[in-house]
Amino acid sequence: MTFSPELEAKIERMFSQYPPDRRRSAVIPMLMYAQDEIGSVTRELVEEVARRTGITPLAVDEVVTYYSMLHRMPLGKSHVQICTNISCMLNGGTELWEQATRRLGIGHKEVSADGKISLEEVECMGACSWAPAIQVNYDFYHQVTPQKLDEMLTQLGAAR
Amino acid sequence: MPDPVKLTIDGRQIEAAPGTLLINAAKAAGIEIPAFCYYDGYSLQAACRMCLVEVEKTPKMPTACTTPVAEGMIVRTDTEQVRRARKMTLEFLLTNHPLDCPVCDKGGECELQDMVFRYGAGGSRFIENKWHVDEKQWSPVVFYDGPRCILCFRCVRVCNEGMGVGALGIVNRGSVSEIAPNEGDHLNCDECGMCIDICPVGALTSGTYRYQSRPWEMDHVGTICTHCSNGCKTTLGVRNGEILRGNNRDRSGINGEFLCIKGRYGFDFYNHPERLQSPLMRVNGTLQPVAWSTALEAVARKFTETKNAGGKFGVIGSTRTTNEENFYLQKFAREGLGTNNIDHHRSGDVVTLLDALSGRANASLATTADLYTSKAVLIIGADLSLEQPFLAFQVRANFRHHAAKVYVVTPEPVREDKYAARSMRAAGDPIWGALDQMRDALANEAELVILFDDSIKGEGVRRLLEFGTALGKPVKYVALVDYANSRGAVDMGLTPDLLPGYHASPQRGLSLDEMINAPDLDVLWVIGANPLSRADLSASSPFLVVQDMFLTETAERADVVLPAASAYEKSGSFTNVCGEVQRLKKGLDVMGTKPDLEIIGLIAKEMGLAATVGPWIADRVFDQIRRTVRGYDVSLPVIATGGAAQTAPVNGRISSTGRPEMIRSVHNDLFASGTLGRYSKILNSVLEKTEGEVEPIEAVHR
Ligand code: SF4
Ligand code: SF4
Ligand code: SF4
Ligand code: FES
Ligand code: FES
Repeated sequence: MTFSPELEAKIERMFSQYPPDRRRSAVIPMLMYAQDEIGSVTRELVEEVARRTGITPLAVDEVVTYYSMLHRMPLGKSHVQICTNISCMLNGGTELWEQATRRLGIGHKEVSADGKISLEEVECMGACSWAPAIQVNYDFYHQVTPQKLDEMLTQLGAAR
Repeated sequence: MPDPVKLTIDGRQIEAAPGTLLINAAKAAGIEIPAFCYYDGYSLQAACRMCLVEVEKTPKMPTACTTPVAEGMIVRTDTEQVRRARKMTLEFLLTNHPLDCPVCDKGGECELQDMVFRYGAGGSRFIENKWHVDEKQWSPVVFYDGPRCILCFRCVRVCNEGMGVGALGIVNRGSVSEIAPNEGDHLNCDECGMCIDICPVGALTSGTYRYQSRPWEMDHVGTICTHCSNGCKTTLGVRNGEILRGNNRDRSGINGEFLCIKGRYGFDFYNHPERLQSPLMRVNGTLQPVAWSTALEAVARKFTETKNAGGKFGVIGSTRTTNEENFYLQKFAREGLGTNNIDHHRSGDVVTLLDALSGRANASLATTADLYTSKAVLIIGADLSLEQPFLAFQVRANFRHHAAKVYVVTPEPVREDKYAARSMRAAGDPIWGALDQMRDALANEAELVILFDDSIKGEGVRRLLEFGTALGKPVKYVALVDYANSRGAVDMGLTPDLLPGYHASPQRGLSLDEMINAPDLDVLWVIGANPLSRADLSASSPFLVVQDMFLTETAERADVVLPAASAYEKSGSFTNVCGEVQRLKKGLDVMGTKPDLEIIGLIAKEMGLAATVGPWIADRVFDQIRRTVRGYDVSLPVIATGGAAQTAPVNGRISSTGRPEMIRSVHNDLFASGTLGRYSKILNSVLEKTEGEVEPIEAVHR
């Protein structure tokens, strides 16, 4: 399996930063970057990461299944993550979550039929001071109101 | 020795070596700190939190399993806070636990039950639904019941570190974490069952034993594995004359907890439907069941006739019968039948090794314990992890615990490559070239154990010992052999030219191949061997007597077949690959069969030779062996109490070469074990599984 030249260069640099017998340290960043490029953590990717880091595919699976930001299934073009942990919940996070599922007709870790948007109910993202918080791909949105969420979803291409 | 550290545990002054973990320091002082995930010999995990203790000036309770002792430390293991912590830990462990103890295999010997009984709370505050997943079958051997799992990760560590396989992992997070097999929905592994037996609860269960019995219904019989030459102690769980399981949880014997699939589950040949349970005699061309008396009488008559007529006997002994049986058999052949035509299938050149060791300084035989302690180990030829599983386990543990240097010269890649200091590929003559290249490194080691298989024999063994001596360091040797008593067979003189204890026979008899090829053999007597699976007899119609458990290719051709008892059905002793003598303990009787010792004795009696060969009582024969066979003057108390005693090396030259050219190992892998392997359901089902298509995931409901 080969990645884009940019990613290959990134991986190359990563490996040069770890001692030679600690190649496995690169497992998480490799998975993250590759997931961004490929869209999900495929079987093939797991095996490739295992091969390159010298560990078993099962050991890579342990990491993949542990971290919620690694996904085996392809996500939507925009991955909308809504926090419902305590601070956000107290400030309307749960209502935002329900609103989004209603409007999109999809649930936790599901993708809209047109592939544009996926939803995930997430744990605290460290944005409690600006609760309720939503993350779309790598961008944060703070103090989200129902109106703001509605506009956001429209912008992301959700059907009305 | 560095100065010991002084500390106080529960008000008692204790000394411990620096680096000792609190849990072990307490244990040495007789103070129990409960633990699930901590396991002697494997990496630290600190996953279960069962071992929390109070340490003065430490605000949070640390885990005793990862905290080393420190000077002046004051530790309390039995305070209100500690007791509460234990209760809560157990309450959490039981959150999703199904508590199906009444049907769980582990019930009665479960660490979770014991802990809850001793340290747990009477009730639980959890009222939520329990999280449930179905039980899964991962292989013919291994089943996993997720809800019972307490996530101690012992199984993962024993497979990874102990076995060097790494077939188990942990997937998911938190309360939905699960153990997972390496192939997604099934296992591709050694099927050793180490993970199953190390599991503190009933989360991992075995295909053979699951839902068969309550542990207290069984008798636990400690005996020796009948498969390979390593001589592992295995404790058979026997109920109503049935073997239900094998394990070695009491860690007695040379192997501690180690057993491979053969020792743990491969006992099941014993009740194969084709097991012979009645003597058979050829009547009008076909084998018919007859009474023991009829069969013995026929054999004795033919033996006597042949002897009186000066006819030619051939006797082929076994690598799986006891020392007593082997000794008795050769005595009967030599003194009763008057023949030296006696041999067995030889798989390693023990004879030349013993001869070449004699008088050599700095050279001796290794014990299985040496493989764990020696600073360096050299493996020549064998795929150790597959062919000599326990020896490989010892070497692996030595590397893990003592950073032993391991050197490998094998024809194919082997598991040891992964951690070897140096691995080279060579077979035949190039082995010497490889050894030359390793010479400097080996000479730098403080000591060395060399294991070699049948690729080194005869002059090769002498050359190897020269090589070893030239290193200038103490070197110990192991000549690898195939079966449970391969070593005992040659020690007991089942050879045409050597008597017990390697004394030269005044007259050399026919070797195994020569017997098979002799055109004028009158009687061929085969005990626990199957030579005709590999070769055809030259003699047109010798009288063929076979003692075996099954109708092998050889038995099918016999005139009389006598059904023999397996090693699990008799007492006696085995000598393992390292020359360690251990005692067999009879676990059960199988109706219709007799131990080979008794069969031979009854033939002798029938022939009127009982006085010549003596009583066929294992202890009496062993006594004779101890008194008369060189090297076998081993300590009786050690053996009688389930220990292993190494035979002394034969001191003095051996007059015969033992014809090393005839030595050939069958190189059994993990799932093969000669005739016994062919009749073992579990070994066959594993083979089918690995050769055939992968079955879909199977959820098991009860
Ligand atoms: S049976 Fe042995 S090799 Fe297989 S997973 Fe268990 S410990 Fe590992
Ligand atoms: S299966 Fe058994 S040994 Fe493995 S983690 Fe679970 S409880 Fe521990
Ligand atoms: S290593 Fe050999 S002796 Fe030990 S259990 Fe396996 S087959 Fe039996
Ligand atoms: S609780 Fe939502 S970001 Fe912390
Ligand atoms: S034994 Fe210490 S945390 Fe498990």
